[in-house]
Amino acid sequence: MDSYDLAIIVTGALVAGSCGFIGSFLILRGMALLGDAISHSVLLGIVLAFLITGDTSIVPMFVGALIFGLLTAVMVQALNRGGVEGDAATGVTFTAFFALGVVLLTAFAGRVHLDLDHVLYGEIAYVPWDLLYLGDVAIGPKALWTMGIVFLIDLLVVGAFSKEFKICSFDPGMAASLGINVALFHYLMTALVSLTTVAAFESVGAILAVAMLIVPGATAYLLTDSLGRMLGLSVAVGSLSAAGGYLLATWLDSSISGAMAATAGALFLLAFLFSPTHGVISRALARRRVGHRGESMLQ
Amino acid sequence: MDPNFLWVLSGSVLLGTSSGAIGAFAVLRKRSLLGDVLAHAALPGVCLAFMLTGAKELFPLLVGAALTGYLGVKCIDAITRWSRIKEDTALGIVLTVFFGIGVMLLTAIQHSGAGNQAGLDTFLFGQAASLVGRDVVVIAVAATMLLLAVALFFKEFKLLCFDRGFGEGLGFPMRQIDNLLMALIVMAVILGLQAVGVVLMAAMLITPAVAARYWTERLDVMVLLSALFGGLSGMAGAVVSALGPRLPTGPLIVLAATGIFLISLVAAPRRGLVAKTLRYLGTRRKVARENLLRDVYEQHELSFDGTGVASDALQGIELDRVIGESSSPGRRSRLRVAQALAKEGLLRLELTGETWICSLTPRGLQAAWDVVRRHRLWELYLTHKADLKADHVDRDADDIEHFLTPDLVARLERLLEEHHQGPRIWPSVHPLDELRR
Repeated sequence: MDSYDLAIIVTGALVAGSCGFIGSFLILRGMALLGDAISHSVLLGIVLAFLITGDTSIVPMFVGALIFGLLTAVMVQALNRGGVEGDAATGVTFTAFFALGVVLLTAFAGRVHLDLDHVLYGEIAYVPWDLLYLGDVAIGPKALWTMGIVFLIDLLVVGAFSKEFKICSFDPGMAASLGINVALFHYLMTALVSLTTVAAFESVGAILAVAMLIVPGATAYLLTDSLGRMLGLSVAVGSLSAAGGYLLATWLDSSISGAMAATAGALFLLAFLFSPTHGVISRALARRRVGHRGESMLQ
Repeated sequence: MDPNFLWVLSGSVLLGTSSGAIGAFAVLRKRSLLGDVLAHAALPGVCLAFMLTGAKELFPLLVGAALTGYLGVKCIDAITRWSRIKEDTALGIVLTVFFGIGVMLLTAIQHSGAGNQAGLDTFLFGQAASLVGRDVVVIAVAATMLLLAVALFFKEFKLLCFDRGFGEGLGFPMRQIDNLLMALIVMAVILGLQAVGVVLMAAMLITPAVAARYWTERLDVMVLLSALFGGLSGMAGAVVSALGPRLPTGPLIVLAATGIFLISLVAAPRRGLVAKTLRYLGTRRKVARENLLRDVYEQHELSFDGTGVASDALQGIELDRVIGESSSPGRRSRLRVAQALAKEGLLRLELTGETWICSLTPRGLQAAWDVVRRHRLWELYLTHKADLKADHVDRDADDIEHFLTPDLVARLERLLEEHHQGPRIWPSVHPLDELRR
């Protein structure tokens, strides 16, 4: 394994780690599909940022993505209050933003150096060559730095408000009665999701970003009952998916981000079947043991 | 006219109409995003079918798509049934993992250089602009089957969406009906994939249906409207994309549907934002007027020691006693209401020296009497029937007095007459001396 492989695996692990970390909260709050919606809507933000600034630098892209990420959450909530059922509201909102993004992207294709395939599936294979320069010295792949910084921001924000996020995730009603501004933390979480997705977007594409938001967190959710451990596990599962996916992709000569998502799915399947506490098979075995004990007690 | 354009146009309209019709049921069945999952889960099926047959024949690809799409739905069922993972997360897992596998297979096929794989990825973004005669024939047959199925099983689907338990009680095989609806959704999705692609397929099912919901409370009308909106979007998308060289048909169809949705959201007659706002403002105005009339009446009443108010012996009241002192909150808006009432001849306003004096005109007294009667009736009802204390009922009556229908008022009167509650308007059950607001 050389430095090229290592750069890809580390970037993938950082993407998976930060997405899994934030995604755990989405899963607990029952907002998994909002993550999916946001990751599609930010496309419009990115395209608009390009068209307005004519620049491919990362800051306007982040701002555009953040605005449309938050706008998605606001719109879904507003439609919801207006009587459109939750899933339908999500579907209407993100498809509209995404369609507008695609139309703008195609119509101004000459001016935008953004490839639709690239945005959707990413190309993590190019990550090691897109270096960040400090003066004249290359200090490593750009995506690696971006993801690292975003992961750090996620950790800091969640760490600073860990109690609030925890209560809001499990019992919003109680959080409100304790005087916590539930709406504020909802939108703060949405902002973190947008930030993480758009950072992940660049290197790995929308699909992997959503996969990593949802699947590692769900896997971890089947393995533990403690929030702290769930966060740690989802980062670990995500990183494992990144490494395993890369190996799978080199073996099959296929898309790396697709393989990473597939690996994450395989890990989820393992947890679904064999998790010591919540797995299907272990629970069936436990039921049989209880049954046997019951029989022997009757005899 | 370009014959190619006609194929694209008719294909888009057919797809829009059929997915609109079936989408109405998908949304009501609370399966909106299932279409999204199905569309993503179809990709590995398309790739596998291509790997097995080695040809880009449309039919086997659609069969492959349908099979993995169906497998995806079963996976969602299994995950939600056998683990503690909730449905939204299960949808997300199946969507991304299946799609990941699909992208993996797709790239593997492309890298292996297997013959004419070109065009497989049109399933991702749709290829409405390249629909040709043969595709449109397939689409037309399938769309007709879909619409026929919707018409034939309309009653069954209606039961499924609104009261599944009742359907079971009537002896309908609801499980099979649910499976049939699912199969139709799968069919609509894999057909639509060709036009708008994986990501936007969800919109073809959801957006026309949600828009149609704004215009009607009837299912049959909603399904027809949804199909119509879908067809219109297909037409608009095809026409607009033909106008320019770089306008993709699929996203334009979705944008047209979104446009119809936005119009419905704003302008629909009963559920639209404009209608809702007007209704809200109307109610607010009515409540403010009635409250003011009642306040004036009660001030008059104080000077009649609680035995009713006679129109020929009304003494003027200082306006400030009704609308509040000069610094009190809400005075400004209450003053406006008083002026409006005066303009309509319900209230008499006179400047005596420095202060404004008000009194009810005979017509105003009639209107006020109406409100006060409803208020007092409700108070009496609460004190006698609900056994509430007299000092607890004022607020409840405040809330409801504006919404008691004549029918209800008559019933309340009959009820209270049985309890020998004297004159047609009763004195208040509690003292009136303090200003309520």
